[in-house]
Amino acid sequence: MASISMTVNGKSVTGTVEDRTLLVNFIRENVGLTGTHVGCDTSQCGACVVHVDGIAVKSCTMLAVQADGRSVTTIEGLASGDQLHPVQAAFREHHGLQCGFCTPGMIMAAVDMINRYGANLDEATIRHELEGNICRCTGYHNIVKAIQAAANEMAGLTQAAE
Amino acid sequence: MGVEGIGARVTRKEDKRFITGKGRYTDDIALKDMTQAVFVRSPHAHAKILSIDVSKAKAAPGVVDVLTGADLAGDKIGGLICGWMIHSKDGTPMKAGAHPAIAFDKVRHVGDQVAVVIAETKNQARDAAELVEVEYEVLPAIIDLAGATAPGAPQVHAEAPNNLIYDWEIGDKAATDAALASAARIVTMDIVNNRLSPNPMEPRSAIGSYDEAEEHFTLYNTTQNPHVARLVLSAFVGIAPEHKLRVVAPDVGGGFGAKIFIYPEETVALWASKRIGGRPVKWTADRTEAFLTDCHGRDHVTHAEMGFDANNKIVGFRVHTIANLGAYMSTFSSSVPTYLYATLLSGQYDIPAIHANVEAVYTNTVPVDAYRGAGRPEATYLLERMMETAARELGEDPVELRRKNFITSFPHQTPVIMCYDAGDYEAHMSKALEASDYAGFAARKAESAARGKLRGIGLSCYIEACGIAPSQAVGSLGAGVGLWESAEVRVNPVGSIEILTGSHSHGQGHETTFAQLVNERLGVGINNIQIVHGDTDKVQFGMGTYGSRSGAVGMSAIVKALDKVEAKAKKIAAHLMEASEADIVIENGELKVAGTDKKLPFFQVALAAYTAHNLPAGMEPGLKEGAFYDPSNFTFPSGTYVCEVEVDPETGKVEIMQFVAADDFGNIINPMIVEGQVHGGLAQGIGQALLEGVSYDTESGQLLTGSYMDYTMPRADDVPSFNVMHTKTVCPGNPLGMKGCGEAGAIGSPPAVINAITNAIGVRDISMPATPAKVWAAIHGNA
Ligand code: FES
Ligand code: FES
Repeated sequence: MASISMTVNGKSVTGTVEDRTLLVNFIRENVGLTGTHVGCDTSQCGACVVHVDGIAVKSCTMLAVQADGRSVTTIEGLASGDQLHPVQAAFREHHGLQCGFCTPGMIMAAVDMINRYGANLDEATIRHELEGNICRCTGYHNIVKAIQAAANEMAGLTQAAE
Repeated sequence: MGVEGIGARVTRKEDKRFITGKGRYTDDIALKDMTQAVFVRSPHAHAKILSIDVSKAKAAPGVVDVLTGADLAGDKIGGLICGWMIHSKDGTPMKAGAHPAIAFDKVRHVGDQVAVVIAETKNQARDAAELVEVEYEVLPAIIDLAGATAPGAPQVHAEAPNNLIYDWEIGDKAATDAALASAARIVTMDIVNNRLSPNPMEPRSAIGSYDEAEEHFTLYNTTQNPHVARLVLSAFVGIAPEHKLRVVAPDVGGGFGAKIFIYPEETVALWASKRIGGRPVKWTADRTEAFLTDCHGRDHVTHAEMGFDANNKIVGFRVHTIANLGAYMSTFSSSVPTYLYATLLSGQYDIPAIHANVEAVYTNTVPVDAYRGAGRPEATYLLERMMETAARELGEDPVELRRKNFITSFPHQTPVIMCYDAGDYEAHMSKALEASDYAGFAARKAESAARGKLRGIGLSCYIEACGIAPSQAVGSLGAGVGLWESAEVRVNPVGSIEILTGSHSHGQGHETTFAQLVNERLGVGINNIQIVHGDTDKVQFGMGTYGSRSGAVGMSAIVKALDKVEAKAKKIAAHLMEASEADIVIENGELKVAGTDKKLPFFQVALAAYTAHNLPAGMEPGLKEGAFYDPSNFTFPSGTYVCEVEVDPETGKVEIMQFVAADDFGNIINPMIVEGQVHGGLAQGIGQALLEGVSYDTESGQLLTGSYMDYTMPRADDVPSFNVMHTKTVCPGNPLGMKGCGEAGAIGSPPAVINAITNAIGVRDISMPATPAKVWAAIHGNA
């Protein structure tokens, strides 16, 4: 067993976990944030994507102890209060979700993608970048549209702020 | 059309919780004192269980109990059932073997459950499961459906000699034989429909909880039909009488059929909770368990012959199919390769004689049941591969051959039970051809050829029967349940509304579309309308969501209840405004006296119904009405899909250059949601055609595709953006004129893809999934 502490969505949390405890289980069971999902056992589906120190990580592929002392953002920490993150808003606007199970991971992966590419995201890049996220419901069509729209919008926002 | 009414592209009410991580799926629920269950599963495809020693596991840290099939039998918990009786052509009933929730004498597929470990934590349960010692006598297994009925093949169930569950037929054999005997040309095909794993992204999960004081059970479960689950678990499995069992389906992360069925794990979670004194028991599948236990879909092998006259008109169609139902008969498995399949073999074509013979067999594989489309994709694939091949062999353009054989007047009675009520096949065909620039294909092919690529185009014209189903009709065909739907409309005193529906949404957006219907009728804003579903304690009995039935059947029930609410509201308004009831109209949320400026807002009428200070003489207070709606027929969505591919002869890789889907769904409530349903179906169909396939080692019976490392799910860069469009013939059979859109994409797309590939590379057939290796081998003659 190990004692760990980390920041999750801006709040500091501590816990005692088995060495083999995965970050996703720590988030879901110890911290009680169930927006991060588990869709596979082989690090393929991306339902579990969170940000660790600002970078997208599959939380089923990281031990909780590896996140000790680091800062984790989950889907629950993305909006500022009632203000949805532009990627969240775009998923709703463009019907980028159906059952919603893949959605938290998709949104967290998309935010990371937009952080890396800015407005330079075309359809082919988005589709390629989504290779670590599986959605069974949407056929990806509207997810791609949503990410493209959010990227454009965020680029506009950044330009406006500059 | 109002901004929130029928036809509006309203963004979804349910989305906020999902995009903010506040969805509540079964595995998100943590009950007080909850324990965790892990199943011990058979590593063998077929074996006798000689002994099970649980003593070490029981002594392991954190273990609460370890239970086996003998415990289950001792408590007289019944087996799982198949709810649709099929009779063989000789009149004998289907031969179903027992399906215990935990195997006790024999295991019949890899993954069959032999014991359950219940512990404080999942890791403890997992560790202890490793300590359960099971001694097996391994038996030879039968995996391949083609050999299942062969003499000497291993027997899966003693009840089904030669592994034959039924040998069923439909249609007029003599007429079909005669038609084929007189045909000018006969085209013959052997077609395999590959076995698939549905793979909703949320793994199945169940929490069973027993209240000792009340002798009452609660089940939280990933189910598409909570009332049917309660009925089966009560009436057949015998967990508890219905009033002592509550089934809750919270947010459910996709279903596609796989979550219709009543599975062993929820049965065990309920029973085990009682066994351990009422502590809740949670089980959640990991993905490998999902591959090993969620019912698979498809898995047909078919030999078919289609006869044409000298003018290329179809004269007869003869089909023989072997359907693999796996090791046990799942809840609706028997209906899929029979009434959901062979009744659609006429497709969009006027075929005077059809005969189909279907043999369903047991094998030592995961049970097979409905998966998105359920029988209709198999029928469509067979028919549309046949039409394409026939066109090539008869030397006729595939478009013209289809056109020539289209049904053009309605209603149309097919030789296989179905009576098509409405349709215009030419309309979606021309729309799809135009959108895909079919006429310009030759130029595109030449352009590809100049780059060393092989370009192909393929069509598929599908029909499906959905809006399942008229109860009397399905009852006469063997269904154990009626397939109506229920609704209750509760108007609150302040005029907000709750709709209680027996339908269940697991991605389809009912919370939005159902509210749009109410908005259209009563003018109440959709934010003042709550859709309540998925809880047997809250909602009246209902049949759930599958078979594209929630619009055509579920919403029709809401319409019927709304009719009653409206009638009563009009009576009250007429009374309050001293007008004649016949003069009251409802517009924009107000009840008006036609031709005057007298009006009352809807909420005032609702309030009047509840204060009851001034109601018409003899009227009961309140404004709440329920209805049950039983459809008079199936609905028949149809469409034309065009797929254009480019194949790289060097690698065998297929790229989809364009995919056009023109569907006739009748009236549409929310086009955004309907398009989303089509997109998802197309990706699943393209997945079947290019990527997906459950694979077993036929010797050992080991599942070779047991994870996402081995089973190829369609990913974002495997599919294109889709070009989706609609034509419309209104369904005359239901009050909204709707047809159903949930399965179309998965039904229509596989043959379009394979027709395009075979067109591109110039081969007669290629089996699904058409992987690069297979395509390369086909091109280079090594198939
Ligand atoms: S759960 Fe992490 S990738 Fe599937
Ligand atoms: S929305 Fe259901 S898996 Fe993506």
